[in-house]
Amino acid sequence: MIPNNFEYIRANSVQEALQLLSQKGDGARLLAGGHSLIPAMKLRLNAPETVIDISGIQDLASIHRDGGRLHIGALVTHRTVETSDEVKSSCPVLSEAAALIGDPLVRNRGTIGGSLAHCDPAADYPALTLCLDAEIEATGPSGSRTIAADDFFVGMFETALQPGEMITRVTFPVLTRGTGAAYEKFSHPASRFAVVGVAAMVTLDGSGNCSSVRVAITGAGPSVFRATKVEQALTGKAPDEQAISDATQDVADPADLMSDISASAEYRAHLCSVLSRRALQRAVQAARG
Amino acid sequence: MANYIGSSLKRKEDRRFITGKGTYTDDIVLPNMTYAYIVRSPHAHARIKAIHADKALAHPGVVAVFTGKDLQDDGVNPLPTGWQITDSMIEPPHPVVAVDRVRYVGNPVAVVIANSRAAAKDAAELVEVDYEILPAVVDATRAIEKGAPTVHDEAPDNISFTWELGDKAATDDALSKAAHITRLEIVNQRLIPNAMEPRSAIGDYHPARDELTLYTSSQNPHLIRLLMCAFVLGIPEHKVRVVSPDVGGGFGSKIFHYPEEVIVSWASRKLGRPVKWTAERSESFLTDAHGRDHYTVAEMGIDKDGTILALRVNTIANLGAYLSTFAGGIPTWLYGTLLAGQYKYPHIYVQTKGVFTHTTPVDAYRGAGRPEATFVVERLMDTAARELGMDPAELRRKNFIPADAFPYETPVVLTYDSGNYEASLEKAMQIIDYQKWRDEQAKARNQGRLIGIGLSCYIEACGIAPSKVAGAIGVRAGLYEGASIRVHPTGQVTVYTGSHSHGQGHETTFAQIVADGLGVSPENVEVVHGDTAQIPFGMGTYGSRSLAVGGSAIWRAVEKIREKAKKIAAHKLEASEDDIVFEDGKWVVKGTDRALTLGEIALTAYVPHDYPEGLEPGLEENSFYDPANFTFPFGTHIAVVEIDPDTGKVQILRYVAVDDVGNVINPMIVDGQVHGGLAQGIGQALWEGAVYDENGQLLTGSMMDYAIPKADDLPHFEVDRTVTPCPHNPLGVKGAGETGTIASTVCIVNAVVDAVSHLGIKDIPMPLTPERVWRAIHGK
Repeated sequence: MIPNNFEYIRANSVQEALQLLSQKGDGARLLAGGHSLIPAMKLRLNAPETVIDISGIQDLASIHRDGGRLHIGALVTHRTVETSDEVKSSCPVLSEAAALIGDPLVRNRGTIGGSLAHCDPAADYPALTLCLDAEIEATGPSGSRTIAADDFFVGMFETALQPGEMITRVTFPVLTRGTGAAYEKFSHPASRFAVVGVAAMVTLDGSGNCSSVRVAITGAGPSVFRATKVEQALTGKAPDEQAISDATQDVADPADLMSDISASAEYRAHLCSVLSRRALQRAVQAARG
Repeated sequence: MANYIGSSLKRKEDRRFITGKGTYTDDIVLPNMTYAYIVRSPHAHARIKAIHADKALAHPGVVAVFTGKDLQDDGVNPLPTGWQITDSMIEPPHPVVAVDRVRYVGNPVAVVIANSRAAAKDAAELVEVDYEILPAVVDATRAIEKGAPTVHDEAPDNISFTWELGDKAATDDALSKAAHITRLEIVNQRLIPNAMEPRSAIGDYHPARDELTLYTSSQNPHLIRLLMCAFVLGIPEHKVRVVSPDVGGGFGSKIFHYPEEVIVSWASRKLGRPVKWTAERSESFLTDAHGRDHYTVAEMGIDKDGTILALRVNTIANLGAYLSTFAGGIPTWLYGTLLAGQYKYPHIYVQTKGVFTHTTPVDAYRGAGRPEATFVVERLMDTAARELGMDPAELRRKNFIPADAFPYETPVVLTYDSGNYEASLEKAMQIIDYQKWRDEQAKARNQGRLIGIGLSCYIEACGIAPSKVAGAIGVRAGLYEGASIRVHPTGQVTVYTGSHSHGQGHETTFAQIVADGLGVSPENVEVVHGDTAQIPFGMGTYGSRSLAVGGSAIWRAVEKIREKAKKIAAHKLEASEDDIVFEDGKWVVKGTDRALTLGEIALTAYVPHDYPEGLEPGLEENSFYDPANFTFPFGTHIAVVEIDPDTGKVQILRYVAVDDVGNVINPMIVDGQVHGGLAQGIGQALWEGAVYDENGQLLTGSMMDYAIPKADDLPHFEVDRTVTPCPHNPLGVKGAGETGTIASTVCIVNAVVDAVSHLGIKDIPMPLTPERVWRAIHGK
């Protein structure tokens, strides 16, 4: 449990962190909550030359609402998301999901920016981010840019972040009447990562039909993905129990999914269907208020 | 005087534990200490062609690099095994550090010693080992097939021993005539113990005095000293002190004599400096002896009316790559002898093959053979009841050994001391409201819900004894316990016990016994354990033996103190010895108010101005207690589960445990032991299990993969007791450390299978993961 030698530097501002990142190059890693990076370093699976500790950057640790947008700083912990009144009223599904991440120790230390940048294929936030059509603010030497969630998740542990960039903020929609979301997670009994996690968001039109449906699945495949077949099958339809059940029969093809000692691809595919159905049912309930 | 026996005193030791002030082996820092890091085999089976240590030796801070050959050339012997199962048992050498071949992933190959832990670890990565990779076998049933890779040349068919017990002819005959035979194939999967404190050892050799101190996270320091001195290093015991300070859990895995204890001791003698080694969690997974790992075919013959006639059991036990300290005894004597369970069937035959594989050695793990036996018996009972169309409680009741039949001799050599099985079943059924749940189950099935009720009526055998029986069944050790009581001149008491607490709360329980026995407060009783320099001799703690054997030894020493105190009291009170009685914590002249306390007597004993003629001064007594028999706790557990038909996930709705552990000294501590045991037993049923790939790589080598239960996985435990005292030890106590794991695994499996039996499902292999349950339900 002893990592390789590394240099540790504490950055006090985003600017300082970015300067250090460009100065130290490929051998540098940012440290936020440390619940992914430090275990990997202790197991010597990751051996950065320099660790830049950004956990003290206060600017990145706040939550605020701006009209229809909920901005969550990259260094906001899971525990804060879980308990924040602002999050609970603006986008309750996020609080609900944050409460399911890891254990209390992980939630007290882990951050939303760290989780998204690490991009573990079984992490919870990617499903929420993708389902809720969030935007990720990445800041680099030439300033900030906004990346849509649909463009952010590239593959296993791989995102659209460029070298030298860091996540500074994640922006979610405020869920208003007519829109509801839910997250259903089947946890791994040891790690508490998602064997499969399904986030669903439904917007109903005036006649109670689905005007928009987004479903995102984590844990099942090499990277988070949208269940487009389900989305298409329900859009424009009245989301009654039968329609949801029909739409979620074949959510994912086992050939595209992961298989390991905790769950086979076939079982994961089955869970994708079950959890999609449950998430959609709850999302519709929430949308109906 | 308060009656401390039977009261839930808060644990004396918890002040230091909950404030983080315990002293574990790794907390000990000695001057000039070095740190060992062990280079381990990444292959399950390979020939070592060469080891290149030059780069490691050149690394800053490195003091030495040793290989297996260095130890061998210096006369270090292989590790012994302590239990001979058959005369022809094959015991291949178990080198402390591998010499020419490695036989499991994690097998020590070289030792790097440096001035810091980090330098040792960095340098270990620079040790280059040339391996010729050889084919491996991990499954014991495969290992005995023709053409399987051979683990040891000494055992070409990979079989260490074939052991049998019971009357085969009579059993075969009874089965051939039985109206019904219930047959099960059972895989009792391999478990990884995972004590909270990883193993740790420090060797500290003083050249000028030629004395070695070994600090080690062990459950039995005297045994380690004996094995290491007499068998491995060939050094005199009186020059070796073994200290096991605070130890953070063991569950059996810290009973055994491990390579690292020898490595740090030998290396400290070589270097003249202290050498510390502490396992990383990954090393704990790979190198702490694993548990269970049986493949069993079991058949039960039953008469038309539900009377059980005979049981035949064939088990293949995976022993891993080498024979660990008590490896052979677990799947044989501690397993086969328990196959009578709570029942009076007349014929039992059991055969066990102990098999080598290219995996981590397997040895005792909480319950050690008894959970495996209970699993066989109680799975058969539930299955048979279903096949016969009987209620599982009714079939058990029909076959119980009646309460008036004790002592009861089983067909597999044990004599049960006392029991009342019917009473515990009745109590458990009453607490859970059994019939109500059967009705609920029927209603639920109509609604497509899956509710199951599981029973487990178990027998436990703890405090293995007496020593002559241990010898007769091949244990290369006695199984008594030592105790010493020193009453100080002011009346405070120090108790030295050969038992070893690694979480059991001995400092409290033993203090309660002595407090009542000598009329002092538990605060004035200090319990010392875990140091061969302080304790006369001890056999340590395992097999739920501490209270029944160690506690009885303490009680015997209490009695000796009381005898001597009586003489002193008689003299001081000018009464006849026959007129002195111990009452309300004092020595009283019968029928008078003239009395002396322990403090007054002790002061007299140490300042013997006015003292009985011919009596030695001082107040200190030793005792060695060798029990007349094992003692046999028992009980009934009942679980109610509900299964999510969509996902196969099991939820435990209720869990009732009615245990009979004889007299209880501290109910809170016993409840705690039961809770912990239940968590581990339920863990095996639903989540835990070591998985190797076909090359012998451990796939469940971390807390990310190996699922130990967490608090929110478990239900509220409803714990209750019946009390049937042990008739043959002075405290009337049995043992409570393992009942939970013995009873609960099969209880949960029975409940889950019960929930889906109407779908034609007879069995689901452990662990009952959601996927396995889902596959069973949907025939996938």
